[in-house]
Amino acid sequence: MKSKFSPDKNGYFGQFGGAFIPELLYPNVKELEDNYIQIIESDEFQTEYKSLLKDYVGRPTPLYLAKRLSEKYGAHIYLKREDLNHTGAHKVNNTVGQILIAKKLGKTKIIAETGAGQHGVATATVCALMGLDCTVFMGEKDIERQAPNVARMKMLGAKVVPATSGSKTLKDATNEAIRYWIQNPETFYLIGSVVGPHPHPDMVARLQAIISEEMKWQLKEKTGKENPDTIIACVGGGSNAAGAFYHYMDDEDVELIAVEAAGLGVNSGESAATSQLGEVGIIHGSKTILMQDEYGQIVEPYSISAGLDYPGVGPLHAFLYESKRAIFMNATDKEALTAAYELTKIEGIIPALETAHALAVLPKMDLKKDQVVVINLSGRGDKDLETYIEHLDK
Amino acid sequence: MNSIQQLFQQKDKNLLSIYFTCGFPKLDDTTKVIAALEKSKVDFIEVGLPYSDPLADGPTIQDSSHKALQNGINLDIVFEQLMTIKETNKTPLVLMGYLNQMLKYGEDKFCEKVIDCGIDTVIIPDLPMVEFENHYQLLFDKYGLTNVFLITPNTEQERIKKIDRYTKAFIYVVASSSITGAKGEISKEQIAYFKRIKAMNLKSKLIVGFGISDKSTFNTACQFANGAIIGSAFIKNLDKNGVDKIDDFIQPILN
Repeated sequence: MKSKFSPDKNGYFGQFGGAFIPELLYPNVKELEDNYIQIIESDEFQTEYKSLLKDYVGRPTPLYLAKRLSEKYGAHIYLKREDLNHTGAHKVNNTVGQILIAKKLGKTKIIAETGAGQHGVATATVCALMGLDCTVFMGEKDIERQAPNVARMKMLGAKVVPATSGSKTLKDATNEAIRYWIQNPETFYLIGSVVGPHPHPDMVARLQAIISEEMKWQLKEKTGKENPDTIIACVGGGSNAAGAFYHYMDDEDVELIAVEAAGLGVNSGESAATSQLGEVGIIHGSKTILMQDEYGQIVEPYSISAGLDYPGVGPLHAFLYESKRAIFMNATDKEALTAAYELTKIEGIIPALETAHALAVLPKMDLKKDQVVVINLSGRGDKDLETYIEHLDK
Repeated sequence: MNSIQQLFQQKDKNLLSIYFTCGFPKLDDTTKVIAALEKSKVDFIEVGLPYSDPLADGPTIQDSSHKALQNGINLDIVFEQLMTIKETNKTPLVLMGYLNQMLKYGEDKFCEKVIDCGIDTVIIPDLPMVEFENHYQLLFDKYGLTNVFLITPNTEQERIKKIDRYTKAFIYVVASSSITGAKGEISKEQIAYFKRIKAMNLKSKLIVGFGISDKSTFNTACQFANGAIIGSAFIKNLDKNGVDKIDDFIQPILN
């Protein structure tokens, strides 16, 4: 799909994107850039990808009209149930696609970074499925706060390598993955979000686009119209939002809302609300909006949610923000927790902490009675039970 | 003429360059390290700008950068420090930093300051060729700056030839597919790669870096190139033995 939100030949979305990589990575990135579109668009890939998504991942995921949530907020609120995917989040849409690309390129060793561990689990899963070697880099802090996912990755046969530099979270796991990639150019870096050097942001967006592709026909069935009024998704790097927005970006009548993690509050000094706190800069090979100090040193972000604890945002989202195509909102730790408890109590769905941020903006919105809202329920909350239990009585 | 080109006119074999991190081990060590390296007759010096997320650097340089930042180093302080030795220091300096530092500081302001400090050569490992062609070439030309390109064992011949055409100072020959940090020895594959590059008869001078740590690896690299850069091994020594013992590290390599 060619749209004004597609990258140009150098991988730019407006002024954002590009491939700011050391020469050491050039051959790897070039190989992928030369091949990814052709592979993704081939019949062979599409057949295998769609068949795995159906029979292995369990797609299409339901589009569920959340009646009690709708009643409470006075709108028609649909939940796109990415939490029902195999491995519990949208991340697997991307890993299934990329593992097929890796195989096509003849790669046998896979590396990945992970924040909350969802991408790590999804990568370890497809590596187990394909019999490929898997190494996942994860911040030491995240290894502690996402223990169930660490156990899953290990059980799936992946090697989990702690990232001990910086804030010991997603940013640092990504640094370590990239350093490993430089030293082991034969490996395939299966990146987990719409971040990194071109073509990674575009490739991941295309693989997550299945979310909005399904939303279109599901909404048509349920409401008679393909387009909702509003789509809400949380944004760390931004892969679930990219997937949920993808086929609607050119339909200007569909309101797109990206929700960032405000941590303890946007101006508290403990936040990950990149669009509000960041300026143009380069992180992980991409020019984007970035939290940094006056000398360009990257600032350590903070969020209760390991998956949103990232000081940048994918270049597509930086462009959606700058061009005002998407509205960027944010939710604090506390607001996200409240929203998670609420969804659990009134709909019987325990969302991931990341996803809870998307739900948390509902009380802040001026919703109309007939407004059709789709919230991308990007992941389930099993991995966050410890945090939920800890805060339950507070 | 570029300061490095001038250097090559006087000497084009066995050039020793040392990389160090500004503001390390102490904030005001930047100029002391440069003075000590000059006294030890190092041929040119790579002045490293500490960065929070140095993707191309191994643990030693990451660690020194982290400590330097904790010491309170920043670009303004680095430029102030370098200004104080502008008249006295005669050893060519090459500035090495990451693109975001330049971007955030302001590209024009950055270039002006670098030239003000008497430096005309920069190494920016995450500045790719396409961005150089589309934007930075003009910017650098405007200020009389030149940047150094890196080549690796996986860089294709055609690309190397292009880099050769763009090069005004030297080509940085990355010894292996690696981030910075000493490996201890040079393998047969690396020697084959050095030979392959040498056989291309490029117009540019070649300086080998990444994995050069001592006299033996330095001498091997110099058989195929005009010189070599030592970074991590120097930082380790500096951390352990301090600024006063710099000469003890350099002399065994030069003699």
